[in-house]
Amino acid sequence: MTQMPGTIKAAAMTDTKISARNVQVYYGDTHAIKDVNIEIGARAVTAFIGPSGCGKSTFLRCLNRMNDTIDICRVEGSIDLDGEDIYDSRVDPVQLRAKVGMVFQKPNPFPKSIYDNIAYGPRIHGLVRKKADLDEIVASSLQKAGLWNEVKDRLDGPGTGLSGGQQQRLCIARAIAVSPEVILMDEPCSALDPIATAKVEELIDELRENFTIVIVTHSMQQAARVSQRTAFFHMGNLVEIGDTQDIFTNPVDKRTQDYITGRFG
Amino acid sequence: MPLSLLFASCLLIAALAFLLGRGKAFQSAGGDIRKLHSLPGYYGWNAALTVLLPSLLALLLWLAIQPAIIHSSVSHMIAPQTIEASSLDLVMSDVRRVAEGLDKAVEAGAMTADEAANATATGMNVRERLGSIGVALGSDVNEETLAAAQSYREMSSTGNLLRTAAVLVLALAGLAFGVTRTNKDFRARNTVERVILGLLIAAASIAILTTVGIVFSLIFNTIEFFKLYPAADFFFGLTWSPSFGGGSDLGILPLIWATLYISLIALAVSVPVGLFAAIYLSEYAAPLVRSVAKPLLEVLAGIPTIVYGLFALLTVGPLLVDVFGDNGVLHLGWMQGGTAVMTAGLVMGIMLIPFVSSLSDDIINAVPQAMRDGSLGLGATHSETVKQVILPAALPGIVGAILLAASRAIGETMIVVLGAGAAARLSLNPFDAMTTVTAKIVSQLTGDADFASPEALVAFALGMTLFVMTLGLNVIALYIVRKYREQYE
Repeated sequence: MTQMPGTIKAAAMTDTKISARNVQVYYGDTHAIKDVNIEIGARAVTAFIGPSGCGKSTFLRCLNRMNDTIDICRVEGSIDLDGEDIYDSRVDPVQLRAKVGMVFQKPNPFPKSIYDNIAYGPRIHGLVRKKADLDEIVASSLQKAGLWNEVKDRLDGPGTGLSGGQQQRLCIARAIAVSPEVILMDEPCSALDPIATAKVEELIDELRENFTIVIVTHSMQQAARVSQRTAFFHMGNLVEIGDTQDIFTNPVDKRTQDYITGRFG
Repeated sequence: MPLSLLFASCLLIAALAFLLGRGKAFQSAGGDIRKLHSLPGYYGWNAALTVLLPSLLALLLWLAIQPAIIHSSVSHMIAPQTIEASSLDLVMSDVRRVAEGLDKAVEAGAMTADEAANATATGMNVRERLGSIGVALGSDVNEETLAAAQSYREMSSTGNLLRTAAVLVLALAGLAFGVTRTNKDFRARNTVERVILGLLIAAASIAILTTVGIVFSLIFNTIEFFKLYPAADFFFGLTWSPSFGGGSDLGILPLIWATLYISLIALAVSVPVGLFAAIYLSEYAAPLVRSVAKPLLEVLAGIPTIVYGLFALLTVGPLLVDVFGDNGVLHLGWMQGGTAVMTAGLVMGIMLIPFVSSLSDDIINAVPQAMRDGSLGLGATHSETVKQVILPAALPGIVGAILLAASRAIGETMIVVLGAGAAARLSLNPFDAMTTVTAKIVSQLTGDADFASPEALVAFALGMTLFVMTLGLNVIALYIVRKYREQYE
């Protein structure tokens, strides 16, 4: 890659949470991610945009090693979280995922009660000793996710009984409950209607205070609304990264310009 | 005309109709296939079906009704005294036998047609004449039977003639109708598809009606049994000791107890093993291992149950005696012989493993990947995900699988016949020989007992009880599966 404006601008960031160097991802024989270098700032929202199949979700899944669950997937290069390589053999991917939570494209609440959905993470990680503490975590996670008022009277009801937008916020609350440092969101609003989307976007904006957020989205308006920095992926390459405003008003690369003006993708 | 020839002529006419119909459709469109409503073949099939459906239906009806009519009119010829002396059924079967014998004699040339139609018992020794061509009769033929047989023959041959005529007329009428109706705008495809729909409905009805028929045959015989034996003694009796001389104790409780006991042991073996195997195969096994192990496991399901029975009798039984018997390794003396509840239960459990594992495997695989991702994304390990998310999500299906396995265990026969013993007993010791409902159904019906005795009829009451039990289990299984599925979606 000849142009790396992103790295220049990244130097301006105060605080780097994740930095990836020379990351390659292969699915079997397919070279899905080609030599990606990126720095992701702490307590900010970074959006990944790009046409379908450009590798943005694949790269996102590298950040908490979710790709380990796919047999044919192979990751090369290094990704540091707070300066430590997460692909080091001493790192347990399970513990990593407690630090780097994930919210998926389709809301996927477990077939349990709302309470148990939130309590799932804290329970398996042994974060609490007493029932009262767990109640506290459940309540505060739901409050942070802006869902508390809607569900506080039916915490024992099934999580699958909520509406799509509520389910997605439940999934975000579930991720928050483990107190991660980073939250990865893979097109979190693609299955939601505009009103539910607006609520989730509002939530993302609030969460930025405490969490580092990386969001993959197909909607450029959404990237413009919620993110501070935007990265544009194309055909497995990271084409351009920079402040969201710059990317949308003054893109450097021709491909970025074509994409955001709707000429392809 | 014999039946086969009649059937063949119908087919022939249908084939002709097919060709004519197709040809006419083609002609009416002036050779341009695009002007036809349907493909030419459909016109052919439509014409063929208008031949076949009415004629074959009439043939079937005729075959069902004619014997009944002849039977009732001939039976009027038999004097009431004769019927009282034996029974109408026996006399009528004599009549049919003589009539068939006369037919055969005429065919073989041993008797002229005239002789067969007009002979009298005094003028001719019918038994001897028929015996000479290989039709053996149990007794001499009296005047009355012979006359009835002759009338039977006459009516049958008239009936057959009429039948041939009616069927052929219908077939030809169908041919004419089908072919005249054919023109390029006729919606032959829709008609043929309606007939096929009818065929599918008929197939479905046969399956359902058969079930209903089975239930009714059980019900009537069960009612018959309860007329001879008090229901309270049957359902609450603690002893099972049939004696074919009469005065039997036919209490079902020892049999039900053994059935449930064996099923319980079978489930205790098959559910954990099958479920763990399913979890391993669907969640942990590498694709290569899975592709080999799953078919191997399912081979177990294809082994006939009699082979399992032999395995119980020859291998598992003696092995258990070696461990738990009087001179066994443990010196416990719990087990007297190779056949026992434990023997049958263990082997039945092995039989049910593939049943449980295969169903559970499918159900676990059906849990959406999103559930696994969600759990792994929260930092759960694979086994935590299986235990806390996948199994709860798959639970209704697994419970359904277990209940289905249970109803198979309750209905299983061969393994218990060979492995569990023959003595009905109420005991808590799993190393005692006991016998189950199914095994007793076999032994009660394969004996020499009079079919009308309670000792034989009890088999139907036992069968009915089993049927109700397994039906109940299946209903509960379906209910559970459905209830939880609603919650899940």
